[in-house]
Amino acid sequence: MLPPLHSGTRSRQVGKERANALWNRNIVGQSGVVRMFRGTSLQAPITWCLCFKPKPKPKTNTTNMLPPLHSGTRSRQGYSTTVTNAMALVFEVLGRFNRARAARLTLPHHVCQTPLFMPVGTQGTIKGLTNSQLEDIGCQIILGNTYHLALRPTSELLDEVGGLHNFMNWQRGLLTDSGGFQMVSLLHLADITEKGVTFQSPVDGKPMLLTPEESIQIQNRIGADIIMALDDVVKTTITGPRVEEAMYRTLRWIDRCIAAHKRPHDQNLFGIVQGGLDPILRDICAKGLVDRNLPGYAIGGLSGGEDKNSFWRVVAQCTAALPEDKPRYVMGVGYPLDIVVCSALGADMYDCVYPTRTARFGTALIPEGVLKLKHKAMAEDTRPIDPTCPCMVCKNYTRAYIHCLVTKDAMGSQLLSYHNLYYMLQLSRNLHSSIVEGRFPEFVCDFLHKMVCSRKSPGP
Amino acid sequence: MQMKFMVKKACCSGGRAGALELGNCPKPIETPALLLSTRKGLPHFIAPDLLPSLPFPDSHLLQISPLHFLEGLASTTISKIGGLHQMLSLHQYGIAAVARDSIQCLPESKGATKLGPSFETPCGRLSVKPKDYVEMISCMRPNIWATLADEVPAWVSEKRNKTSVDRTVRWLDDCLALNPAAGSVFGAIVGGPNLDERKRCAVEVAKRNVSGYWIGGFGLGERIEERPALLSAIIDVLPDEKPRMISGLGLPEEILEGIDAGIDLFDSTYIYSLTLGGFALTFSLDKGGNQYDFQRCQVERDLTKINLRAKVYRKDMSPILGNCTCYTCQNHTKAYINHLFNVHEMLAQTLLEMEAIKDGRFKKFRMTFIESRRVHQETEAVCV
Repeated sequence: MLPPLHSGTRSRQVGKERANALWNRNIVGQSGVVRMFRGTSLQAPITWCLCFKPKPKPKTNTTNMLPPLHSGTRSRQGYSTTVTNAMALVFEVLGRFNRARAARLTLPHHVCQTPLFMPVGTQGTIKGLTNSQLEDIGCQIILGNTYHLALRPTSELLDEVGGLHNFMNWQRGLLTDSGGFQMVSLLHLADITEKGVTFQSPVDGKPMLLTPEESIQIQNRIGADIIMALDDVVKTTITGPRVEEAMYRTLRWIDRCIAAHKRPHDQNLFGIVQGGLDPILRDICAKGLVDRNLPGYAIGGLSGGEDKNSFWRVVAQCTAALPEDKPRYVMGVGYPLDIVVCSALGADMYDCVYPTRTARFGTALIPEGVLKLKHKAMAEDTRPIDPTCPCMVCKNYTRAYIHCLVTKDAMGSQLLSYHNLYYMLQLSRNLHSSIVEGRFPEFVCDFLHKMVCSRKSPGP
Repeated sequence: MQMKFMVKKACCSGGRAGALELGNCPKPIETPALLLSTRKGLPHFIAPDLLPSLPFPDSHLLQISPLHFLEGLASTTISKIGGLHQMLSLHQYGIAAVARDSIQCLPESKGATKLGPSFETPCGRLSVKPKDYVEMISCMRPNIWATLADEVPAWVSEKRNKTSVDRTVRWLDDCLALNPAAGSVFGAIVGGPNLDERKRCAVEVAKRNVSGYWIGGFGLGERIEERPALLSAIIDVLPDEKPRMISGLGLPEEILEGIDAGIDLFDSTYIYSLTLGGFALTFSLDKGGNQYDFQRCQVERDLTKINLRAKVYRKDMSPILGNCTCYTCQNHTKAYINHLFNVHEMLAQTLLEMEAIKDGRFKKFRMTFIESRRVHQETEAVCV
């Protein structure tokens, strides 16, 4: 068991702690659940979660056919009419540990186990890997970027050939984002108004208007299992009225998205909780979305450079506010540690370019953290990347060989991406099985012990 | 790891079919055969776990340039790992080491000295001495390795050409004298476009104790019409029972010519160049030799290949070749590969290279070949 990491800093941070306590009491503390998070360090949610004795596993499976476990008072308060939207998914919780849960998520194309990591295949392919390799390493859902796919090969073409599944011959799950994130990542190309977002097309330079209706229409044509509502994304480092405006606009747009959604029986529309780092705005947004009774919910606007303390607080608050019987997706989260933290807080789905991008830059993910294969010390290292990893790359190749490939040859990216994705997918599987088998605390302890305690000496 | 070679059937013109047995390959490799071209030991775009999806045992011979590893990997490390087979985890594959790879490591005749040849490589111009080379080979332990050659382009003077033959033979002696434990030695034969020099070199090399022959100096500016005479001049003096490898012949027509002259092993840089260019080969795969009747479109293709970057394939949801059984044709459409090229995704090359290797571009030539010469039915499948 790890010592509570925040204890040493306590005296120095009395002022900050008081603010935290206030924050907890005022904003997320109503249910009493989130009150526990008072730490000032990243490990706080984990240490908290491990302080509990494992409860007997709840035997009842929850599906979205059943009334929400959290009694619904919170989300339904003050509303007499219940909106019922069609859903194309079944979400069954198979096991829990405190807030963490492991579930079976049945999508039109695939039955998935959560927590799950979704590799990003921006343009209809995970860079450098074939579909058969992705199936080999147990990839369940691939994420495609609407913005990129709408530019090339265009959604009309995808529609004509029977959707992205057919186009890339991928039989398992697909998720498309709304194009909203590109507001942040390509901001210099975008102009955001109430009507929608005007992008400057990087292909031919023409302005391209993306409205909520347009986004949903494009995603309907692409045909992924899960589609995302268009949201107004702002950087988390921005404060002030822009955050509030973006949150309310996201809420206004969700209704336009729901109205525009033509295939609710084949595709699941997820709403996205926005509101920056402001707990009040997050709360308003979460409540507003829960009232719309969507098939699933995402926590957006994170992973944009905010500090980890703010990050997990927002996740903790949002997961507490979202219904128990629906999947929760934290967008853009991809560091292994963040995934474990978010899973402990009750999130189910994650996506990030990190494993594949970092692979192309020559970095491997290992239980101890990361291994920089470009480093000169690797040139003579005849060990595998991770001696405990059973993946194809670790079974067959040495660090020395990968060292001479990385960042120079395509094969280096291919092999490292393969390993990194294997690592992430294995992490998801381990999270799932440890929750189902009731040994989640042990798993998290072990994970943290390896990752945190061996920081100083990379490599076993 | 001892290599065995057997000629199964030969015909009067020189063309022949044989079998190459390598200690670690479970089945003999039928010749004429293509060697998969590699970069640092692995095929350019095909990850090792996808290699078995290529037909067995045809694609089980790889051509590796030891010079690639000078970019970041010491020979001693390779030796410590246990040689190339172990490092690449290709235990059942045959590995042939040739310094020149025809893609990135090209001979640079101006830089060659009496001490050793010079190569243009991604990490600059390198001069390789026989001693260093043999040391690399001993560490890498390939099944087959070719000795160093002073390859010169066709336009150099007679004197320079003569020097290149002298040097190549001397370096062969140097390599043999160092007596590396690893692999079967293929003696290098050069001589540019000069018939007499080619013959002189071949005669000298044939006298040495080598397991086979590597013919260099082609694809360096000689005229196509000159080649048959040059090839037959060399082959005439080489003993029949030893295998012959050649570098620098790329186009299917050239390979056919080589087969005709009695060459057994070829490099496959053509596949690499096609793949980079976005071309897919569309020869018939049909054993009966019937050209598969794929849809006619007038643009961006000749009879043997199509350009997948072309706009006509934007919506083409058919496989590259309808009756092809390769991974790419079984799983993906022209439209998808066209899209991947458009957005510069590297999977495009992976799929195309797999397609090209499996495609059986030499099937057509096999048919012409076996029709006229009745050589072993399966010969060309090796090249697939």
